[in-house]
Amino acid sequence: MSLRSKEQLTCADVTPKSVYLNRRKFLKGAGLAGAFALAGRGLWELASPSSRAIAGTKLNVALKSPFSTTEKQNTYEDVTHYNNYYEFGVDKTEPARNAGTLKTYPWTVSIEGEVKKPRKITIDEILKLAPLEERIYRHRCVEAWSIVVPWIGYSLSELIKTVEPTPAAKFVAFESFYDPKEMPLAKYAGIDFPYVEGLRLDEAMNPLALLCVGMYGETLPNQDGAPVRIVIPWKYGFKSAKSLVKIRFTKSEPPTTWSRMAPNEYGFYANVNPHVDHPRWSQAKERRLGEFFRRDTLMFNGYSDQVASLYTGMDLRKNF
Amino acid sequence: MHKVLTNRWTQVVVFVLCLGPVVSLGWRALTGGLTANPIEFITHATGDWTLRFICITLAITPLRKILGLPDLIRFRRMLGLFAFFYGCLHFATYVVLDKFFDFPEMWKDVAKRPYITLGFLAFVLMIPLAVTSTAGWIRRLGGRRWQWLHRAIYITAVAGVIHYYWSVKSAVIRPLTYAAIVALLLLWRLAARFWPRTHTVQEASAKPQPQKAQA
Repeated sequence: MSLRSKEQLTCADVTPKSVYLNRRKFLKGAGLAGAFALAGRGLWELASPSSRAIAGTKLNVALKSPFSTTEKQNTYEDVTHYNNYYEFGVDKTEPARNAGTLKTYPWTVSIEGEVKKPRKITIDEILKLAPLEERIYRHRCVEAWSIVVPWIGYSLSELIKTVEPTPAAKFVAFESFYDPKEMPLAKYAGIDFPYVEGLRLDEAMNPLALLCVGMYGETLPNQDGAPVRIVIPWKYGFKSAKSLVKIRFTKSEPPTTWSRMAPNEYGFYANVNPHVDHPRWSQAKERRLGEFFRRDTLMFNGYSDQVASLYTGMDLRKNF
Repeated sequence: MHKVLTNRWTQVVVFVLCLGPVVSLGWRALTGGLTANPIEFITHATGDWTLRFICITLAITPLRKILGLPDLIRFRRMLGLFAFFYGCLHFATYVVLDKFFDFPEMWKDVAKRPYITLGFLAFVLMIPLAVTSTAGWIRRLGGRRWQWLHRAIYITAVAGVIHYYWSVKSAVIRPLTYAAIVALLLLWRLAARFWPRTHTVQEASAKPQPQKAQA
């Protein structure tokens, strides 16, 4: 496995760490001892097979968000060892093992298409564009499991405003990083890469739509979409594209990865909706990781107050 | 080889090996190795092993002929019953852990969702085979009828593979691998039936069937 080296760290580093695998263990360790103990712990963690998460770096989070849920958060261990990141393998435990090859610094996102000010923006600039907030969101996968994650970032609209979309811009496409050399398992995933997702412009401008750079007080681990991703909490998880390299504003609806692959199963909108089943399984309930009984899935994943108005007059059965 | 295959202890060793997957699940359960979604992990593991044991069981007859090891028949019943055992665990995982006895919900699943319909069919078809796997039942049914009944395993194998194929989102390589193995094992049987000389199947069909299945 590869660990984050010093030159891969971002300018926002407060505590550079050679190995950072388990937040709770680390906090405890750092509080008790100095760098020497930390190095020892790092070696111990390396030898332990269960902890292979990639290092994170502490972020300065200025704001708590009113959008945050008070529900119990999932553990860092769960959120970093149960991932869908098909470029690094299709089993949930594979990304934690394989995503170490992703080089997340330096990193640039190209913003292009129907905008007055197209730009290439570096991850350092993204981290400074707006004050970072913690947003504790419910995250509902199309596979009927869910988690609660304390993400860090700011509204995607903050970034969009800086590039000034033209009146013709109606949609936004998000493209994930893809390099078959760094992602050798991708060819077995059965979907096309690079991964592309999309939103209607008004959806992207909704304050709930998060441009995400971290979680649990730190930068994102690779397997969770480092260094920058979107989080769209009222839609199924696959809409929340990871490791973004391109944001393109378009006149018409962009073709997106899953809806191209199986248009009858995955729609462009993919709003969480307990009344519209996936053709092969029910979406009425979900299993919150860590809980035994399934719980009811909520319309728009419980974010109706913020987003229902985006879809007034639309047939959500047709536009699933 | 004959000595090894007919040794009583070989049966014991194979039996213990076949318990490996369920022991491994138990170990993972005790040490927290079932991932963040244990129910999904157990469902996949037991499903995988059901299919694997079905393939291994179906491979016994071709291997006997190809390798010239008729004694392999001594393991077929045990392997078939292990396929049923893992199938039961897979089904029980669905009923108890996944749906927690929500029968209306499960009935909807079976009626509405083709992959569950097929999985259910594959499992149900194994029940009479497990029940009639004893020497007593072979005698009662008569070799020919018994063998005819036990061809239902072909339907279970095909339904099981399609069940797997329909349950995955996109990574079809694994279900397709099982499909290829099952296809190969079934095609071998077709070939053996139509070109008996090349596979010396006559010698097998000349034998009285009850003997064949006695362990």
